[in-house]
Amino acid sequence: MGNTRFTGADVDLTLHVNGCTRRLHLDSRTTLLDALREDLSLTGTNMGCDQGACGACTVLLDGKRVLSCLTLAAQCDGRDVTTIEGLARDGHLHPVQEAFIRHDGFQCGYCTPGQIMSAVALLEEGRAGSDEEIREFMSGNLCRCGAYPNIVAAIREAAGREGG
Amino acid sequence: MRPFEYVRAGDVASAVALVSADPQAQYLAGGTTQLDLMLKDGVIAPERLVDITGLPLSGVTRREDTLCVGALTTMEALAADPTVAGQIPFLREALLAGASPQLRNMATIGGNLLQRTRCRYFRDREVTACNKRAPGSGCAALRGPARMHAILGASEHCIALHPSDLCVALVALDAVVDIEGTGGRRSVPLTEFYVLPGDRPDIENVLEHGELLTRVRIPLLPAGARSGYLKVRDRASYEFALTSAAAALLIEDGTIVQARLALGGVGTVPWRALEAEEILSDAPATGRTFRAAAQVALRDPFTVPGTAFKVELAQRTIIRILRTVSGAPS
Repeated sequence: MGNTRFTGADVDLTLHVNGCTRRLHLDSRTTLLDALREDLSLTGTNMGCDQGACGACTVLLDGKRVLSCLTLAAQCDGRDVTTIEGLARDGHLHPVQEAFIRHDGFQCGYCTPGQIMSAVALLEEGRAGSDEEIREFMSGNLCRCGAYPNIVAAIREAAGREGG
Repeated sequence: MRPFEYVRAGDVASAVALVSADPQAQYLAGGTTQLDLMLKDGVIAPERLVDITGLPLSGVTRREDTLCVGALTTMEALAADPTVAGQIPFLREALLAGASPQLRNMATIGGNLLQRTRCRYFRDREVTACNKRAPGSGCAALRGPARMHAILGASEHCIALHPSDLCVALVALDAVVDIEGTGGRRSVPLTEFYVLPGDRPDIENVLEHGELLTRVRIPLLPAGARSGYLKVRDRASYEFALTSAAAALLIEDGTIVQARLALGGVGTVPWRALEAEEILSDAPATGRTFRAAAQVALRDPFTVPGTAFKVELAQRTIIRILRTVSGAPS
């Protein structure tokens, strides 16, 4: 079958972002995070540490949560990307977004898109069985404001679970 | 970061041929180490990246008493495998104790085995003394602050730690890696795959340039064996180990019939504690036996002031996991 090579240090690729097909011609060094923010103007996904330590850049790739700062855009050719902009349906926020608002699951808000994308995936993975489990499986998303108790409460509610 | 040519590998043979023929080419899989070191730290600068994520090297299959794990299987996928959960649960514990869910969705098993050290001196280009990055330049960690560093297998040339949790369980299980090169295939036990730093810390394993790790074969534990993984760290989750231990015991009538013990957070390579296993074998499953095994496992440490605490911590980690796995009162 052979390898697929590109001319020079650029790549051509197609991303399916929030249901829309986008064709891109990028420097091969471009991360998925940079492609979303700089090339597709989807600035909801934030850059935090830019080295895979904080989770602010979390998006869903083919439905699974990943860190867009440590993913090359070129590796996402033909794949489905969901960002915070893609969660709302018909003008209604996603239940996790609503729960974060109801429970004040943030202060400055910078980590929030990543927290919410991670929480959406966590619910899909079935890992909201207890507060302890939520904390463990949200540990890849740091919040320097320390809104953790409210984040856990929001996820607990979105999971349809009562109490602690 | 320097520009690089991005290549999408079409098949294993083409990928191996391309990287083997080009000293400046490297493989790219999950990217969580490779891109971190390239894009962010600038420690490595390959001119060509060969993306192997499209190759058919993912998936877990069971062949009798061996689990065959494709090198591109993600950490989350392996953790979700029912055979892992049922027969070698400490492997699952080790997988889920590592990194975060996001990173585990990206990171592959092959990449985990080949991940580079987290030594801050290695990852900081401003530091000139690093024998691993620049052979012969010295080791800044010996005299600077060192905490997340190795005390076993270390030398005056390098105390960089192998940070994997997964590999600790894998060496305890006698896992074997399958390797594809231009000259054909070969298999190497994981315990012989890594190379101690000695006076050449830049050489970390037996792979030749261009060889591709394609599969990990994991012998399952005997029926009735119990296992556990204990990781001690500075925060409750999403942190590298200060010390860790993977243990599997088969106990009959209070006597340890078979023992596996491996250590993390302390070794320049994932550390199999063979001498401690000898102490445990055919001995009563008691605290006295466990303490003796822990003593032997840490008998000959290489410490600097910042890592001296790890000797006792590792011994206590061993004793606690052996007590937990054996069901002995603590």
